Amino acid sequence: MSDPISALQGRSTAGEVTIREAGLCGMITLRGELSNAKLRAVCKKITGQAFPEKAKIALGEDRGIAWMSPDEVLVMLPYAEVTDALAQIDSALAGQHYLAENVSDARALIHVEGGFAREILAKLTPADLHPATFGTGDFRRSHLGQVAAAFWMVDADTFAVVCFRSVADYVHDLLVASAKAGPVGVF
Amino acid sequence: MLTLHCPYCGTDADETDLHAGGQAHLKRYGPGSSDDQFEDYMFMRENPKGVHFERWRHVYGCGKWFLAARCTATLEVFGTYPAQTTEPPPDLRAKISAKRPGWTWGDFA
Ligand SMILES: [Zn+2]
Repeated sequence: MSDPISALQGRSTAGEVTIREAGLCGMITLRGELSNAKLRAVCKKITGQAFPEKAKIALGEDRGIAWMSPDEVLVMLPYAEVTDALAQIDSALAGQHYLAENVSDARALIHVEGGFAREILAKLTPADLHPATFGTGDFRRSHLGQVAAAFWMVDADTFAVVCFRSVADYVHDLLVASAKAGPVGVF
Repeated sequence: MLTLHCPYCGTDADETDLHAGGQAHLKRYGPGSSDDQFEDYMFMRENPKGVHFERWRHVYGCGKWFLAARCTATLEVFGTYPAQTTEPPPDLRAKISAKRPGWTWGDFA
């Protein structure tokens, strides 16, 4: 067996704001009827988190549930537990119309850590990141520069970005360039 | 720039988060229809100066298709609504009538 390798192998570019690939992260795309009690229960069982409202993310230490669309959530958990979690979902939702897929190796997770993390993202996305509009617990899918990305706040000075693995290098460099250019001072 | 409120995920989506899907409320004519009906469905489109109804997809966001009413002359957005509807909702039509008295579009007014 070959060892799993994250997209950028933990690449970190330090600065006033540090851009750091978070390494291996377990991610499951789960599509189905989100009001289904069994679906919600199995998400809770896997992550320990309450089911998120529309456009929100429920986050724990190393687990979470992100609302992706009216019929899709992204379940995040430690990489090594994904196979077991998928089995739990399959048994909980057997016979129902749903889809659960391991997308851990198809994605990259990048952290933006530092004082003006919010501005670094705001320069790259059309999403409104004003503190009054976007805070902890909010989750947004949009684009960063040329590529699709989803992001949320981990805390006041830290944003997390999920993108496709194939564009992880681009997203990392884009965030680094935005960080190097410095704060704008609009927020 | 155009900003449309996505009725599915509730976010205000920028034009660059969206994909344009052409005219809304087309009735599809397929097998069994007349040549005229099919030609109408396939090629004939509204081209108004003023009130217009369009399909948009929140492609970089939740991925859902929705419908939007806006003015082609001023780019004013009257509103957006879910795609699972065969005609603009009454409250939206009333809102448009207040702003553009006497508007018509296809069979709607
Ligand atoms: Zn949306």
